Amino acid sequence: MSDSNKPSNRRKFLTNVTQIMGGIGGIFALIPFLSTMSPSEKAKSAGAPVEIDVSSLQPGSFKVVEWRGKPVWVVRRTAEMIENTLEDNDVLSDPKSTGEHQPEYTKNKYRSINPEFLVLLGVCTHLGCSPLYKPNAKSAELGLDWKGGFFCPCHGSKFDLSGRVHKAMPAPYNLEVPPYYFASSSRIIVGEDGKDV
Amino acid sequence: MSKFISWIDERLPVSNFVKNHLSQYYAPKNFNIFYYFGALAIFIFILQIVTGIFLTINYKPDAAQAFASVEYIMRDVEWGWLVRYLHSTGASFFFIVIYLHMFRAMLYGSYKNPRELLWLFGMVIFVLLMAEAFMGYLLPWGQMSYWGAQVIISLFGAIPYVGESLALWIRGDYVISDATLNRFFAFHVIALPLLLFALIYLHLAALHTTGSNNPDGIEIKNNKDENGIPKDGIPFHPYYTVKDIFGLSVFLIIFMFVVFFIPELGGYFLEKDNFVPADPLKTPEHIVPVWYFTPFYAILRAIPDKLGGVLAMGAAIFVLFILPWLDRCSVKSFRYRSTTYKTLLALFVISFIGLGYIGMNPVTPVLTWLGRLFTFIYFGFFVALYITSANEKTKDIPDRVTMHD
Repeated sequence: MSDSNKPSNRRKFLTNVTQIMGGIGGIFALIPFLSTMSPSEKAKSAGAPVEIDVSSLQPGSFKVVEWRGKPVWVVRRTAEMIENTLEDNDVLSDPKSTGEHQPEYTKNKYRSINPEFLVLLGVCTHLGCSPLYKPNAKSAELGLDWKGGFFCPCHGSKFDLSGRVHKAMPAPYNLEVPPYYFASSSRIIVGEDGKDV
Repeated sequence: MSKFISWIDERLPVSNFVKNHLSQYYAPKNFNIFYYFGALAIFIFILQIVTGIFLTINYKPDAAQAFASVEYIMRDVEWGWLVRYLHSTGASFFFIVIYLHMFRAMLYGSYKNPRELLWLFGMVIFVLLMAEAFMGYLLPWGQMSYWGAQVIISLFGAIPYVGESLALWIRGDYVISDATLNRFFAFHVIALPLLLFALIYLHLAALHTTGSNNPDGIEIKNNKDENGIPKDGIPFHPYYTVKDIFGLSVFLIIFMFVVFFIPELGGYFLEKDNFVPADPLKTPEHIVPVWYFTPFYAILRAIPDKLGGVLAMGAAIFVLFILPWLDRCSVKSFRYRSTTYKTLLALFVISFIGLGYIGMNPVTPVLTWLGRLFTFIYFGFFVALYITSANEKTKDIPDRVTMHD
């Protein structure tokens, strides 16, 4: 534009206001489009909390249920297993579970609401494989100092019987604990925080 | 910044492109409301592409799942209802805008020398758009999708000798089936949009070669100042970009009102029977195409012969292609043409709208005869135009464009 035809301040102001308003509108118009890619109501309801009946679970045994397409483990620990799940600074990388990988109510020695029942998300924190349940101590495969726990077959990460990762393992932090609560003494609801009975 | 721009320009002539097509592309200064629709059509094309992509993310082109996946989009996908209604309403508005765009060309003679090729590209776009809309309408796999496709594909069966095998080849099955749905999906989301994109590019390239016509139908390039700039031209940017943005705002108010409050438009934009899943054993009681096909559908029904009807319908579209050569009058705009032409054009518009109305309604004896009358007028327009336009008594055309403030 030539100097004699310079836009007035009023025009500049109106141009800027129009551009800003149009830009804001454009950004808001993106929301519906991008939202269609987030989980649908169907996916959300498929990801709803699941109920686990643990009344038939024998001490020492292990059960897998699916929640949001991922394995959730429930282990009914025996008295001996509870004893073996000591917080050990020499072996474990985060014995006190200080990281943000479990709900507040499981930030304790046994990483559980009730020490008898361990609930874990069965997904290795390294690259997402599902570790194996190796409850027996002193195995030939895992060494004589093995006190029972979980072993990831993909890259060899070891976890104790509360899902705490051993030191110097590929997995960066402890197995996650999903939100859960006891709807009754034998029914666990996995997937949401709730009031324990 | 200017360094960066010159770096780009040495490698890709972006600034030149902007100059040649926007800031120093001179368009006639006397555009009126009819000149919004080209820009609006481009907007809707982009809208259909974008909403289409997001619909494809959740749609399943499978006869067993298609209907449910559309309902899934409507009920379970976040904002899915909005994206789908934008797409379905966009389809109808695309035709509203295109019909007005074509009517504008007829009013002001925009198809005439030197813009015949521009018109032909536009007509190909129109035909592709009809194919695109028709194939898209099968995808929800409702009753109207199914039976509409059944009827239209059966039209090919009317062609002598090869018709039946052609229809079979198009369907890929003995009836409309999963095979048909799958291939229509492929054409609807890939083949035709790509072709449309190419044709729109050619349409615009041809437009920018000849320059726009205007309501006075005179060439502004014949009257240039000492700098070679048309005296009646103004730079497209900022003058017409701003005008088009204003037009778009008004359009969006109307468009979004329909999307939000009346997306089915009483069964005209989304037909009621299409909320019932396709049933190959039961035809709906009242089967009609979507409104934008009804003028041609009415011509089909007006002819009491299967092959004749199909040929008439095809001719109704084909005759528009040769309009630049049927109209032999050198004056472009209806403003300076004879009363005969204005009367003929008015009759043509009435017959087109009348045919559209008849095509939407069930067959009755009265409507059948009205349909034949309007079909006669529709084709009569082109015949009469060819005859009368050779020696038409026209008014004096002005040297410069006129402004009506």
